[in-house]
Amino acid sequence: MTGTPLLSLAIWVPIVGGLLVLATGSDRNAPMARWLALVSAVLGLLVTIPLYQHFDTATSAMQFVELSPWIHRFNVNYHLGVDGISMWFVILNAFITVIVVIAGWEVIKEKVAQYMAAFLIMSGLMNGIFSALDGVLFYVFFEASLIPMYLIIGIWGGPNRVYAAFKFFLYTLLGSLLLLIAFLWLFLEAGGKFGILDWHELPIGMTAQTLIFWAFLISFAVKVPMWPVHTWLPDAHVEAPTGGSIVLAAIALKLGAYGFLRFSLPIVPDAAHAMAPIIIGLSLIAVIYIGFVALVQTDMKKLVAYSSVSHMGFVTLGFFIFNQLGIEGAIVQMISHGFVSAAMFACIGVMYDRMHSRQIADYGGVVNTMPKFAALFMLFAMANSGLPATSGFVGEFMVVLGAIQFNFWTGFAAATTLILGAAYTLWMYKRVVFGAIANSHVAELTDINGREFLFLALLAAGVMAMGLYPFPFTEVMHASVDNLLKHVAMSKL
Amino acid sequence: MDMKSLYLLVPLAPLAGAIIAGLFCRVIPRWVAHTVTILGVAVAMVASWVIFQDVQAGNTFDGSIYTWMEAGGIKFEIGFLIDPLTSLMMLVVSSVSLMVHIYTVGYMADDEGYNRFFSYIALFTFSMLMLVMSNNFLQLFFGWEAVGLVSYLLIGFWYTRPTAIFANLKAFVVNRVGDFGFLLGIGLIAAYAGSLNYAEVFAKGADLANLTVELIPGSPWMLVSVICICLFIGAMGKSAQVPLHVWLPDSMEGPTPISALIHAATMVTAGIFMVARMSPLFELSDAALSFMLVIGATTALFMGFLGIVQNDIKRVVAYSTLSQLGYMTVALGASAYSAAIFHLMTHAFFKALLFLGAGSVIIGMHHDQDIRNMGGLWKHMPITWITSLVGSLALIGTPFLSGFYSKDSIIEAAALSHLPGAGYAYFAVLAGVFVTALYSFRMYFLVFHGKERFGKTNEHHNHQGDQDDEEPAANHHHGLAPGQKPHESPWVVWLPLVLLAIPSLIIGFMEIQPLLFGEYFKGAIYVAPVHEAMAEMAAEFHGPVAMAMHSFSHGPFWLALGGVLLAAFLYLFATDLPGKILKVVQPIHTLLDNKYYFDKFNDAFFAAGARLIGRGLWKGGDQVLIDGIAVNGSARMVGWVAQIARLFQSGHIYQYAFAMIIGVFILLTFYNRG
Repeated sequence: MTGTPLLSLAIWVPIVGGLLVLATGSDRNAPMARWLALVSAVLGLLVTIPLYQHFDTATSAMQFVELSPWIHRFNVNYHLGVDGISMWFVILNAFITVIVVIAGWEVIKEKVAQYMAAFLIMSGLMNGIFSALDGVLFYVFFEASLIPMYLIIGIWGGPNRVYAAFKFFLYTLLGSLLLLIAFLWLFLEAGGKFGILDWHELPIGMTAQTLIFWAFLISFAVKVPMWPVHTWLPDAHVEAPTGGSIVLAAIALKLGAYGFLRFSLPIVPDAAHAMAPIIIGLSLIAVIYIGFVALVQTDMKKLVAYSSVSHMGFVTLGFFIFNQLGIEGAIVQMISHGFVSAAMFACIGVMYDRMHSRQIADYGGVVNTMPKFAALFMLFAMANSGLPATSGFVGEFMVVLGAIQFNFWTGFAAATTLILGAAYTLWMYKRVVFGAIANSHVAELTDINGREFLFLALLAAGVMAMGLYPFPFTEVMHASVDNLLKHVAMSKL
Repeated sequence: MDMKSLYLLVPLAPLAGAIIAGLFCRVIPRWVAHTVTILGVAVAMVASWVIFQDVQAGNTFDGSIYTWMEAGGIKFEIGFLIDPLTSLMMLVVSSVSLMVHIYTVGYMADDEGYNRFFSYIALFTFSMLMLVMSNNFLQLFFGWEAVGLVSYLLIGFWYTRPTAIFANLKAFVVNRVGDFGFLLGIGLIAAYAGSLNYAEVFAKGADLANLTVELIPGSPWMLVSVICICLFIGAMGKSAQVPLHVWLPDSMEGPTPISALIHAATMVTAGIFMVARMSPLFELSDAALSFMLVIGATTALFMGFLGIVQNDIKRVVAYSTLSQLGYMTVALGASAYSAAIFHLMTHAFFKALLFLGAGSVIIGMHHDQDIRNMGGLWKHMPITWITSLVGSLALIGTPFLSGFYSKDSIIEAAALSHLPGAGYAYFAVLAGVFVTALYSFRMYFLVFHGKERFGKTNEHHNHQGDQDDEEPAANHHHGLAPGQKPHESPWVVWLPLVLLAIPSLIIGFMEIQPLLFGEYFKGAIYVAPVHEAMAEMAAEFHGPVAMAMHSFSHGPFWLALGGVLLAAFLYLFATDLPGKILKVVQPIHTLLDNKYYFDKFNDAFFAAGARLIGRGLWKGGDQVLIDGIAVNGSARMVGWVAQIARLFQSGHIYQYAFAMIIGVFILLTFYNRG
């Protein structure tokens, strides 16, 4: 197994699968496109499983490394590898792809092959982002992954999809250009090397560090998204089809956060320390401000989108308090949010497919006609409010503990999510699911079918497993996070 | 079977029942659902009894089951601590739960959600057992939130009722306010003690006591006081202490069996149990103890007053529960942890009895809960009548009955405490005795004695006693038809009443000696030598009989008697007098009827305020400032600049030439000066 290029498989199996799906052409072949997509997605997941099985938890070094020259002239390499920070995201991404394919099975009726292909290709590209160890390779994957998402929102999206797609694209592209400039500067400074690990060792002066930090920050903050550059997210989610929202929330938001860990903290540690108060401040604003904003949303998707911003505030907070609980908690929160937000959007999608409305006011008493669905939705709502024994608790708990170690009031502000998160999530749940049947549309609802049960149950299994036994998740992180913390503690001046 | 497997069996047996009844609730017949869950809880109770005996023989246990997670140098574990305190709680929880399970067979017989209900209460039993058996703060928090979840699900059990789903949301969110404090306390412990294991934290207690933290720069506070107050805020949520008590009366929207199990006997006492468990920490902080005295005393007295004006049978018992929880908190504040746990235990039995009795009355009355429509039920429901009388007598502290021993010990402890606030607490718990007797026997007389007022035509069921959550067209309320008489409930309902009446009578008499003045809690509860209340009481204690005889010459007995006599006078003899009194004291009655305006304030200030802030930030912040000015503004700015720049590209050669000449001129001027 050691000789198998697992990471290349994780990237190219879905992409090749996606191209094959695309080749099935028009909607006449839709059934074949669906099955082919499912097979590719499952294969894509299977090839990532050995990453966990053969992962060596004792080392912080990159594992499953693949290195071959790509562009000689600029010393660009096809360099892949994962450590304890990135490994889970490759698996999570492959898992979510399977969910998305099942979730879109009967729901997408037009341009089926193109829809499935877009998700498969995006899945491969995002695996590339998580495993790239070369700056140019990273950048190519990072930018390329924008295109399928842009198309997904722009083609299969809601009525205002073009505005949302443009907003999404321009927002993120603006950030990426600064990232490119920073990469080029680092390339020159490192004496013509694009290796990310080389950049980790590169001594940089404070002024340059600060400039690079800001370039990184703008680029990654948009992706996370951090307050105040978050406003593209609710628009994008509202217009995106269910699958698009799932991938956007579960994986795409993690790219920015991952960038902080792979670039900002190790490459410019001194600037990261100097700027930490600003980031912590922005994170806490995200947690509290967005929590209040989520409370008053009338559109379920917007509510969950804002709740995502609030939860991602925990991630950036965890990174910049610079202790093990904080960083590991943030990574756990990222994985958990992958399950929980995917599940929340999937649940809203299930209702939307039947009612064609996302407005809370159009619902009421769904439990009467969809009891099985209501039970699963309850589980995810509780996970979203951070109930212990669900995955949502683990990351928040760790970050709050880490934050209290760092400073009591930071922990205090972060812990308000316990109240706000429960309030906005359960208030929505109450208005949508509980109560007497509100109108004739709700009365006609049918409960989830086997396919819907399957993907919700898979997500539920992830949520519960991580909540009851997070040990395997954190176990793989320790060495890498310790190494990262050591790195961050050393000045590069 | 070794003991460790037996420990595991206690929570897992009810869990297995809950999973079977829950996952297959739509396919299994009813008898399967109640058999598996009752069996599971019965196994837990028998095992708890065996463990109780084993602990009394001196075998305690403190060890982990599995490592949940490891991070930041802290091991987060799931594990058990089996000591006298735990084994007592296990016994109380499993036995009350078993009674409630049996009772439910009768009470929920006509309900569609029968299987679901059994699944929930078994799940609750599991969660509560995990909470009390924990040997660390993580699992404690797990159990803490899990019982909150089940409480949420059960309050909203009848999910089509607007009042029920309002009440369960309120209960969850208010509890979360408490949990917020609780989590901060746990976080501080993790940060300063570097562990969440009870034994390890307690071992570091002395070190923690010497630390101070400056939460507000310039004013150092004792760290341990901050920790204890944070933890106690958690207890205030769960154990419904003022001002976080507001959810408990509304929780009566849930079916009566869970009001007995969760909102009287077990879950709401989790806060009391937690503080007793943390006695090695709380003993280090006089500030936290004083805080508890004041909060507990306020709850004990002022919530008792509210019980007097309620007309819904369950709400009277609910306010009584609040008041009794206040008594337990006072005991904690007076460092009389064993007395608090003792009262917790006796209260679990007699309050579960009172609630189940109320439930039996509600069945007899065909789901009319207004005590003004009852009266004279003693003839029709003799078993319910006698057992409710036993429960009421135990509650008001009749000598020789269980409540007497536990409550008198608390009053005594409050008298002997010297902390700031103890004087107020003593006054409150003493006055509370009179109030308790008054509201208890007001209810008792209105329900079981006097004229039969049921079966009237054209009744108005004012079941809630408060206006804000009154539901129009309450279709779940029937009441008795004219001429119809209530009947005694079936045996599954009255058997638990009888079985609970027995400990309500005798358990105080039997257990006061070992629990309060014996060695029972040795090693489980720690009391600092400076807090000598319990030690002084022990010196005065000459056996349960002497204590009861002695009480006849004591204030509390006469206060209770006065309360009963007043209730008898007002509600049996001069029945038109209460109405007249109300008119005279209208402002006070309005205040009580509105429950001191806590709910109105919370709605107007916190709930509406949060929505206002949310709307302001959303419309003002996100839509106007960020999107309107920054994002779309930038887009407009680009367009605007382009508009201007376009003007320069006019295509007229003379304009370009003119611009060039001006430019050259400026450059020349500039460089010549340099």
